[in-house]
Amino acid sequence: MTYTGWIIMTASLVGLSCGIIGVFLILRKMAMMADAISHTVLLGIVTAYLVTKELSGIHMLVGAIIAGLLTAFMVQWLHTLGVQEHASLGIVFTTLFAIGVILIATSVGNAHLDVKHALMGEITFIPWERMALPVIGEVPKATALLALIVMFVTFCIVAFYKEWKITTFDPALAASLGIPVVFMHYLFMCLVSVTTVASFDAVGAIMVVAMLITPAASAYLWTDRLSIMLLLSGSFGVIAAIAGYYIAAFMDTSISGSMAFATGLVFLFSFLFSPKHGLFASRGKLLKGNLKF
Amino acid sequence: MSDIVLKVGNLAAAYRKNTVLENVSFEINSGSLTGIVGPNGAGKSTLMKTMLNLHPSLQGTVSFFHSSLEKMKKRIGYVPQRGSVDWDFPTDALDVVTMGLYGQVGWFKRASSAHKRKAYEALEKMGMADYANRQISQLSGGQQQRVFLARALVQEADLYFMDEPLAGVDAATERAIMKTLQELKSIGKTVLVVHHDLQTVTDYYDHVLFLNRTVIAHGKTKEVFTRNNIAKTYGGDIRWLGEENGYGLYPVK
Repeated sequence: MTYTGWIIMTASLVGLSCGIIGVFLILRKMAMMADAISHTVLLGIVTAYLVTKELSGIHMLVGAIIAGLLTAFMVQWLHTLGVQEHASLGIVFTTLFAIGVILIATSVGNAHLDVKHALMGEITFIPWERMALPVIGEVPKATALLALIVMFVTFCIVAFYKEWKITTFDPALAASLGIPVVFMHYLFMCLVSVTTVASFDAVGAIMVVAMLITPAASAYLWTDRLSIMLLLSGSFGVIAAIAGYYIAAFMDTSISGSMAFATGLVFLFSFLFSPKHGLFASRGKLLKGNLKF
Repeated sequence: MSDIVLKVGNLAAAYRKNTVLENVSFEINSGSLTGIVGPNGAGKSTLMKTMLNLHPSLQGTVSFFHSSLEKMKKRIGYVPQRGSVDWDFPTDALDVVTMGLYGQVGWFKRASSAHKRKAYEALEKMGMADYANRQISQLSGGQQQRVFLARALVQEADLYFMDEPLAGVDAATERAIMKTLQELKSIGKTVLVVHHDLQTVTDYYDHVLFLNRTVIAHGKTKEVFTRNNIAKTYGGDIRWLGEENGYGLYPVK
């Protein structure tokens, strides 16, 4: 595949996995948790690097999962101690992120791991680092990892679809039916963490939040069915990723920035024109309602 | 013939460091319809959640059907407060009712058409068949509560816990819900209901449990629903409406 092809492929995989995960972040009212985890996985990656002296996929994943779970757990713990939930989120993730930044700046700073790269990502580097896979041939490492994550996330969502639905909609009922609500919560935190870390190379810690939240928030405006919302959100993510690449190529600017910008455009379009909850649709309904009186 | 289906012993629970419930002990016989009444903050909802282990208990024991919650989960149905869920969730009424069957569907499986049919019949019973495919945010408060009741019915439990099912519903819904609860009782099910309207207690429930952080009184409505107990539970501040032997206001019939 061409250099451009790999970049678009990678970006699309980011859009797809983030789009799917984002739906549940929105519905569970945990958008801010995505922001937090996207930052704390940096500490996970740095720690994994310190321990193993390697920057490969599997170490990063394990580090990210631990960091993500630690974040979720500490936020919960501070909250039970009486700190406001959003305040405890702010305290935990900035502190863990800061530790990551300090570690990078002092002991592990090298070409592969620097703060700017971690925050903004650099998708243009991705096609250079390749690995050989049987049958498929040479594949960029980050892309292969993303493809694996997309498959894993999709499997988890589809296999436990009704459990995700009920624990999201009515956790009290779910618990009374014997569904392990707490386990599902932390499993979800794992999914957010692996999705975030896999998207890290491509879009960085800040832009990944846009990919997680905005396509899902847009899809929410178009449909009243969870399954459709998942499909739409994934599609919006892919569309924004591809559109973002071409915007960046056209204006000769940052790809991750353009992708995040494209998600904003998708949302703006949905917000204005969605037939169910769009601004014009509700304006129309209002007008019709007024005419009746 | 009336067997003890729920036994609570010395139960205590707290929110943060504030004790909400202490030394709560009572027994519920099968086939009874019990109203749990008490002022705001008396711990009515917390009691339900603590019994069902949805809220941690500090101490005490709860046994269901002479056994543990874990073993008896399938025989217990819980209806949370309507306000505890997000009604903007992307789903329809039928789907919400189907959720009541998820415990029976099992892991890795989808709800079958038989499950869907059962859910639809429950909606029909609650007079909601026409709204089966309606997005849940477009239902009125009363309709949402009926959906919740339908969801409880499909669980086919033997012991039901209902947290304020009559809060903020219209008169027709209140009638429909109370009729359903009476039917459940008549086929031998046991129902506990958190209730907030003292005026209707004598008409709706055969047993009443006065709660204010602990059990003030519990027994047959005829015997324990007295002014004295009401005053003890509500701190004597209650303003008496109407005459000596009526309460001035009447329940919907």
